[in-house]
Amino acid sequence: MHEMSICEGIRNVVDKAASDPGIARVTRVRLEIGRFAGVEKPALEFAWEVVMRGSKAEGAALEIIDLPGKALCYDCMKSVEIADRLDPCPDCGGGKLMPDGGDEMRIKDMEVA
Amino acid sequence: MCTVCGCGDGQVEGLSHHHDDHDHGASHEHGHHHHHHHGHAHDIHFGQGPAGVEVPGMTQERLIEIETGILSQNDRYAAANREKLSALEAYAVNLVSSPGSGKTTLLCATINAMTARGAGPVAVIEGDQQTSNDADRIRATGAPACQVNTGKGCHLDGHMVGHAMKHLNIQPQSTLFIENVGNLVCPAAFDLGEDAKVAVISVTEGEDKPLKYPDMFTAARIALLNKIDLSPFCDVDLELYEANLRRVNPTIEIIRVSARTGEGLDLWLGWLESQAAAKRAKQAAE
Repeated sequence: MHEMSICEGIRNVVDKAASDPGIARVTRVRLEIGRFAGVEKPALEFAWEVVMRGSKAEGAALEIIDLPGKALCYDCMKSVEIADRLDPCPDCGGGKLMPDGGDEMRIKDMEVA
Repeated sequence: MCTVCGCGDGQVEGLSHHHDDHDHGASHEHGHHHHHHHGHAHDIHFGQGPAGVEVPGMTQERLIEIETGILSQNDRYAAANREKLSALEAYAVNLVSSPGSGKTTLLCATINAMTARGAGPVAVIEGDQQTSNDADRIRATGAPACQVNTGKGCHLDGHMVGHAMKHLNIQPQSTLFIENVGNLVCPAAFDLGEDAKVAVISVTEGEDKPLKYPDMFTAARIALLNKIDLSPFCDVDLELYEANLRRVNPTIEIIRVSARTGEGLDLWLGWLESQAAAKRAKQAAE
């Protein structure tokens, strides 16, 4: 959706975390992205290259850890994991599911040299 | 981009962007300083890297834990906006929709109906990529409006809204309408400090719109099904439309409205009043 803004957000945080003069460069950044966060991985990878240029994280590897999509089924009132936003409840087959997890967009950690 | 506060290309209408003559407020402080020495969520932990020994002449790979939300900076601006609005006992809605759903027309009709009812003061923030047409339309109703042009941006963010709020001089107990950029995707993720997201959809858009863009309708507390007067002419199945909304958000409230005929506006105004009253009652109890 807005992968460029997301990468700018990452650069903000990474720049600050790497501001220590003892850090020469950032070699890897790990993100945790939920299935329902609306993040398109290829678009994020493309934006990553562009946005990180000129920072300590230029050329750093981008690693994305997928987090599952979770929803509350309003038919059986169970918390379930679903792969797709419009999937029925895997337990009861109900169709009214309210997502309650899987919209995470977090920077987990980074490796520096 | 502004190098002081990181403003994007977005412009607040009628204002050159002089950062030396306005105060960004406390919200910026978090963004610009590095609090390495005390403990919050973005603590930085050195010395947890894989290398056990340091070899002279070789750099040591280190792992730094960050555990920070990617949009955390936006969330801080949004929290500051929310705090200012609460101090004013104001109620804010973030109007989201696709382009052409009739947001601005509905907003003008809403403001006129509120004025006729003697409802409290209103203020409007208009987000578009270009032009001040929408703010001009709002001002014609007598309500104060501030246009934010996002340039190439596809959504309003917390920082832009904070700027606009400053220029609006919002009165106590106001209703603040924030009309987001017409876009059913990106604005879902950006908190502006509003009390509720209100999705506006029109009967001409097709009953499957909620299924095509589920995130926005999941994020919205209420959907206004607009242009209801046109439904006899466009073969729309209103029951299916509402069922699809509830499929992606079982708790969503739905009001059928027409900005043109005024149908449903009393229900919509009643909803706004009850939400604002509930917020004030909750604040008073705290």
